[in-house]
Amino acid sequence: MSVRHAILALLSEGPKYGLQLQKEFESSTGEVWPLNIGQVYTTLQRLERDGLVESDEAENEGTQKGFHITDAGSTELSSWLNTPPDMTSPPRDELVIKVLSALRVPGVSVHDVIQVHRRYLIELMQQWTRLKEDEADFDLTFALVVDAELFRLDSVVRWLDTADGRLKRAASEPSVASTGPRLGRRLVVRR
Amino acid sequence: MSFLELRRVSKSYGAGAAEVHAIQDVELSVECGALVAVMGPSGSGKSTLLTIAGSLEEPTSGEVVIDGESLQTMTRNDKSRLRRRTIGYVFQDFNLLAGLTAVENVALPLELDGHSAKKAHAAGMGALEELGLADRATHYPDQLSGGERQRISIARAVVGERRLLLADEPSGALDSTNGEAVMRMILGACKQGVAAVVVTHDAQLASWADRVVFLRDGRVVDQTVPPPSPEALLEESSRSGPRQ
Repeated sequence: MSVRHAILALLSEGPKYGLQLQKEFESSTGEVWPLNIGQVYTTLQRLERDGLVESDEAENEGTQKGFHITDAGSTELSSWLNTPPDMTSPPRDELVIKVLSALRVPGVSVHDVIQVHRRYLIELMQQWTRLKEDEADFDLTFALVVDAELFRLDSVVRWLDTADGRLKRAASEPSVASTGPRLGRRLVVRR
Repeated sequence: MSFLELRRVSKSYGAGAAEVHAIQDVELSVECGALVAVMGPSGSGKSTLLTIAGSLEEPTSGEVVIDGESLQTMTRNDKSRLRRRTIGYVFQDFNLLAGLTAVENVALPLELDGHSAKKAHAAGMGALEELGLADRATHYPDQLSGGERQRISIARAVVGERRLLLADEPSGALDSTNGEAVMRMILGACKQGVAAVVVTHDAQLASWADRVVFLRDGRVVDQTVPPPSPEALLEESSRSGPRQ
């Protein structure tokens, strides 16, 4: 979650004060990510320095300062919304590394290692699901955040299930059991 | 109190070199009001476990106890009565009768159990109303969406005094929104005291359960521990916070 761009998105609705931005940010993320007011003002200062927002001079001392988005800020926001994050190469995933390492360690069952992680992920998913159990208790943004987390964890469980099955097949068909790297198949991994 | 117990239950098919062990020494206990999910890959024995728990198949060894009574000591008629009155089944492909309306499908188990058509119809309507499906009562299965058909089949599974609900991949053919609706209905039944076992390979469905049991090669290899309160999760999420 980029606080910088989330604040630009909130200011695209109209001028706002720092405290208002803090409250609206928290509500727009389903209150899953609280944001302290210091972070809001630091981010606003940086956005102002970069010409993406402008502050209105407070009429009286002690009055809150309002902020509005500039044309450059609107352009930056639009560009960010429409630019997919870099997903061209696989991330250096600790879980993948643990499973690959387990294949090399004598006396370790990779299936048992996979099960430890599968159970942990499903216990996490149970907690997230509890959060949406009472439909009357959550709003739309909160539901979207919870769904995103559940789908992320689910995708990892699916990978573990697939790895489990692939390794089992490989063990019963030794011809496909090679674990060594193949020429021309090296992937570029994000650090 | 456990409503369903499987004690060292095994099931084999074939004999000699061709013998296949579908499940082995399975121990499972499901309390009234609990929702237990059984997860495992295809061929791990999930469906066999469910059919044995539901008295649709006999174990090769071990014992199944439902509501304190061992199935081993029951006559064939006792088991039939148990299946009609106490156990509700939900299947992946719904198994609704095409020539009957939604309410007729839901009322059918009660009619087969000797209730008058009028009483069975009233109970069927009651189940549909409770599940928010009253406006679909007179629709035939082919006039309903997949999600609606599955919800009707859950109404059929819980109608009357059913206390054990057994579901085999209940949302296998449904999208995630309808899958969630199906799990909410099963959870709602559990809150009324029904004990439920859902067999699935879908982690999102399983995460609705109080407990998830993992099957591998016919054996229970692991199970989840009761999750801490979700609030702990939000606190953890807050600590990691948003990035700048």
